[in-house]
Amino acid sequence: MTTPRPAETGATAAAPTDWPLWEVFVRSRRGLSHTHAGSLHAPDAEMALRNARDLYTRRSEGISIWVVPSAQVTASSPDEKDAFFEPAGDKPYRHPTFYEIPDGVHHL
Amino acid sequence: MNITATPALPLGDDALILSHRLGEWAGHAPVLEEEVALANIALDLLGQARVLLSLAGDEDELAYLREERQFRNLQLVEQPNGDFAHTIARQLYFSTYQELLFDHLAATESELAPLAGKAVKEVAYHRDHAHQWTLRLGDGTDESHTRMQRALDSLWQFTGELFEPVEGLETVPWSALHDDWTTRITTTLEQATLTVPEGPRHGAWRAGAGRQGLHTESFGRLLAEMQHLHRSHPGATW
Repeated sequence: MTTPRPAETGATAAAPTDWPLWEVFVRSRRGLSHTHAGSLHAPDAEMALRNARDLYTRRSEGISIWVVPSAQVTASSPDEKDAFFEPAGDKPYRHPTFYEIPDGVHHL
Repeated sequence: MNITATPALPLGDDALILSHRLGEWAGHAPVLEEEVALANIALDLLGQARVLLSLAGDEDELAYLREERQFRNLQLVEQPNGDFAHTIARQLYFSTYQELLFDHLAATESELAPLAGKAVKEVAYHRDHAHQWTLRLGDGTDESHTRMQRALDSLWQFTGELFEPVEGLETVPWSALHDDWTTRITTTLEQATLTVPEGPRHGAWRAGAGRQGLHTESFGRLLAEMQHLHRSHPGATW
């Protein structure tokens, strides 16, 4: 957090540490899935977990935290968005939208 | 000032003074994440201090209007922050002690049992935090190893006092506490490639000095800073 990402500054920052960046996913006590909560810097996974606890959970009981080195995350590219996501969108026959729903069915 | 004779006073003083020391790190910690961690620990300790001091009298009066000789905290907790390694060494020594003590108190009939039961979860985190950093500094670079060992050595003289019986806590098995403490510290330091310090466990003052109101040099300056506002505007509310 204190260290700007090299990718953003375009330089190897004169940072106080060269701690890697970690992405934090938190599942709240009654939550069903882990949600991306943010990121932080830590020297290793153990410290990343502890820092995540301080920064993102305020130590609520009964929650689950995942930390992942940011370098391990492969993201889809914004440039390829059209090719990646749109083909299905303009082909309505791929989606179950043409069925008439019988009156008796409520929870569909 | 009305002060009830209760072991809550020395234990509350420990928490209050260490909390103040950790507060001095605000804005100066090595990285932002550590800043938050130290502040968290300081806040936990301040919360403990408030409950404990309230058992002995008015918490504000006790914190802001006592003279140095009336404070009953261990000399260990009043030691200056020094470098990061000193802060971690002080925290490791103290949190390990506090966890063992509160673990015991939580299981007793004492008026401190509810507080101890609640605080021991916080303290376990403090100890873990100091443990983790001791491993990383001890087993880190040559420089961090040297600094960590130096910090452990220089604070060692204040550890004897931890096991002097506290008035009102006669049920605490102090020598067993000492043995457990030594075992835990030894395990952590060995894991961190560090050496358990040798040498006297007491400073220039005799054993139990802080508990009897005898403090080290920097403590007066700490109190001057902590109490300044309250003493300048006596009776003000905020």
